[in-house]
Amino acid sequence: MARKSLGNIRRSFAPWADPAAIPQVRFESVTKRFDDIAAVSDLTLSLYPGEFHALLGPSGCGKTTLMRMLAGFETPDSGRILLDGQDLAGIPPHLRPTNMMFQSYALFPHMSVFDNIAFGLRQGNLKREAIAARVAEMLALVKLEGFAGRRPDQLSGGQKQRVALARALARQPKVLLLDEPLGALDKKLREETQYELMDLQAELGLTFLMVTHDQDEAMAMADRISVMERGRIAQVGAPEEIYEMPANRYVAEFVGDINVFEGVVDEVKGEIISLDGRHGPIILDDPDPSLAIGQTVSVAIRPEKISITLEEPAQPTNKMTGEIWDIGYLGDFTMVQVKLDGEAGQLVRVALPNRSRRAERPIAWEDRVWLSWDVEAGILLRG
Amino acid sequence: MNRLRAPHLLALVFGIAFLYLPILVLVLYSFNASRLVTVWGGFSTRWYAALLQNQALLDAAWLSLKVALVSASLATILGLLSALALARFGRFAGRTLFAGMIAAPLVMPEVITGLALLLLFVGLDAERGFWTVTIAHVTLTACFATIVIQARLVMLDRSLEEAAQDLGATPLRVFLAITLPMIAPAILAGWLLAFTLSLDDLVLASFTSGPGSTTLPMRIYSSVRLGVTPEINAASTLIIALVATVVVLASLLIKRDALSRT
Amino acid sequence: METGTSLPGRGWPAPRWLVVGLPYAWLLAFFLLPFLIVLRIALSDTARALPPYAPHWTGWAEVWGFLQALDLESFATLIADTLYLDAYLSSLRLAATATLVALLIAFPLAYSMASAPRRWQPALLILVILPFWTSFLIRVYAWMAILRPEGVLDALLRGLGIIDEPLGLMNTETAVLIGMVYSYLPFMVLPIYTSLERLDRSLLEAAADLGATPFRRFISIVIPLARPGIYAGCFLVFIPAIGEFVIPDLLGGPETLMIGKVLWTEFFSNRDWPLASAVAILLLLILAVPLFAYQHFARKEAP
Repeated sequence: MARKSLGNIRRSFAPWADPAAIPQVRFESVTKRFDDIAAVSDLTLSLYPGEFHALLGPSGCGKTTLMRMLAGFETPDSGRILLDGQDLAGIPPHLRPTNMMFQSYALFPHMSVFDNIAFGLRQGNLKREAIAARVAEMLALVKLEGFAGRRPDQLSGGQKQRVALARALARQPKVLLLDEPLGALDKKLREETQYELMDLQAELGLTFLMVTHDQDEAMAMADRISVMERGRIAQVGAPEEIYEMPANRYVAEFVGDINVFEGVVDEVKGEIISLDGRHGPIILDDPDPSLAIGQTVSVAIRPEKISITLEEPAQPTNKMTGEIWDIGYLGDFTMVQVKLDGEAGQLVRVALPNRSRRAERPIAWEDRVWLSWDVEAGILLRG
Repeated sequence: MNRLRAPHLLALVFGIAFLYLPILVLVLYSFNASRLVTVWGGFSTRWYAALLQNQALLDAAWLSLKVALVSASLATILGLLSALALARFGRFAGRTLFAGMIAAPLVMPEVITGLALLLLFVGLDAERGFWTVTIAHVTLTACFATIVIQARLVMLDRSLEEAAQDLGATPLRVFLAITLPMIAPAILAGWLLAFTLSLDDLVLASFTSGPGSTTLPMRIYSSVRLGVTPEINAASTLIIALVATVVVLASLLIKRDALSRT
Repeated sequence: METGTSLPGRGWPAPRWLVVGLPYAWLLAFFLLPFLIVLRIALSDTARALPPYAPHWTGWAEVWGFLQALDLESFATLIADTLYLDAYLSSLRLAATATLVALLIAFPLAYSMASAPRRWQPALLILVILPFWTSFLIRVYAWMAILRPEGVLDALLRGLGIIDEPLGLMNTETAVLIGMVYSYLPFMVLPIYTSLERLDRSLLEAAADLGATPFRRFISIVIPLARPGIYAGCFLVFIPAIGEFVIPDLLGGPETLMIGKVLWTEFFSNRDWPLASAVAILLLLILAVPLFAYQHFARKEAP
């Protein structure tokens, strides 16, 4: 890709960047249709050992189907799925070395916590003592010692989630599949559990594949995110790449909040592109060799990358003027909407962090203000 | 919800009285010493004693019990298989005809089903008796059992079975360890429904039974046609007591079971 | 969400063909085949032998011969003799009346059940279902004791000084109606209760908030939302009532004509098997009308 890397971000774990690294799971041109609707179409994706990968997208984008194909609950219409080099075609779910944590947890209601966790272990030739030891180990891992005798209906939502996790981990799967693992928890518990899951994944060194529709969850937990759109992958990358360098408008809009400005390409000089925008000249640092002079393009700016000032900024470009339209106080930051001058009257969203408790807000409704941003803040939108 | 208002209470009392008073009258008169229906001759259990002497009635009861046990069990097995096929196999060849044949006996007048089965048995030159009645009852009650079990299967969370399979259980193990225990209340309910329907059936049995194989409802019917008799009152009371006990126990069991898993 | 179509495909506990095949074969043998025989016999001549009919064709190869020799004699008899037409009409009329009366009794009962405090509802439900589980024959028989001359009802009313003469209800159409309403009432109550029980109380509150009187709320919210249950209940009462045999036989009199009873008489007393079969076929055709009507209404109600 002809994109600049983000200089300030370094990852110690990035096997995908190493051409010699061998993927653990590989989806190769996988297609799955339900009644003529392609849930997954011609999708190729590699997961590396020890990676925490998130499939992110709105409902119906095919992320769950993709995961269920790896678990063996759906059969691809075409393409292959490889796990450690072995083609999984024809291998039924109960013989696959993957385990899944179901969205509803799917705890067996007629069995105790112990029996739920032991269920998978009992399918092998394990001795009774070995099973008991492994269950105890799992209960300790998810901090539920003393709950072995309970029934699922005697557990809280968070406890159920832990039992489901312990049950899926008990058989030491090569890949753990998590279907909306935090979806059923309330906000506070969700954040706690997020970090626990991440710690657990780091501790066990297992490959995790998570399905979620919650971008915050995916951003916080995953090493890499696949943003999915109608059965295809729109972009794969680390959370920072997805957010700061979205591959296209769909990704930019789905992950986070953006303001979009249109402009005509005026000049391409090295890595700097100049645009003739409706509200003034825009320059951005996002080279694309395919750009032609005179072409109309869209530029996205994240709300937190924009500054608001009462005086006109000194910079010659990347500034616009307008009137404060709306101020929404959200606690950690304030979302300000500014209506730009001109006949279109475009609304621009600006996020201002609330760093100080008692500071007076420098702006008020109907103030005339200037918006400005750095050269590197603009994202050229393709697609 | 707020408390019950007067008109509602009235409707409840009236409705439930309408449902129970006739049965109550029957039970009451089974303890009447007098043979006359309208005269209360004092409390007596003489009709129950007379019942024990009525060999024909006892034989009929025994036959009905045997038919009900065998036919309910067969019907539950067939019902379980049909329910699995309808709820789990998606589309298969001949599904529409199959679903139609499951639903049809539910709305078919029993006189027609009975007539049709008798003509079949006559055509086959089969000796009519225990087995022909049992086959007729299985055909009718298997459909009821199917509906009951299918309803439960459809409501069953598929991810439970998937989770078991994901944890390494073979399809047979999934069925035995997860599916069967989860639908057990419905299987029990289906069996009970089949059992009581068989025990109660007059029409199918009248068509399909032969000489020497008179079921309890047939025996009761033939004496009832001649008028009200205290002995039949006693027999009816016993049947009602038996069925009511079984149904209440079963519903308590199913309720406790449902409570322990939600 | 996507449905798993692959899961049951392979490695089921029992082979798929066995799971479907066993009940399928049973129903083909003991349900479908008997009906083809009924059809065949309905088109045969009456012969006073055992079996009392003379089949017109004996081999599958003679289908054409069969079609040519089709004997509509039994059906001609059905049309010629007004007894049968009267019986059909009177069955329809009695079944429709019983359905209406059952609805009038069942709706307030179901509505009150659904309005009762939640913790009472399971017990009320069992109370309503329980009579349905106890013997049908016995429940009809119970009314014989009540309705017969000098029976319980007469004695009670006479004791209260309301009547001097016996009411003479036994062996009348009224008795048949009472019997049918009584026997099938649970079938009407249950579906109506189910649809009312699911009714969201906040809808009524919203209607009240918008100024609707209790009567308006009942007419424009409760009734429309209970309609699927009402249709189902009417269907469940009407269908078995048409073909009813036991109730008209025990409670009805000689003038009570119902088609189920006619069929029984033709078969057991007159031993006219072809005619009985023809009666059965026509009864089935008549039943098809409410069946399709119900399907139509049920589909219209489905969102």
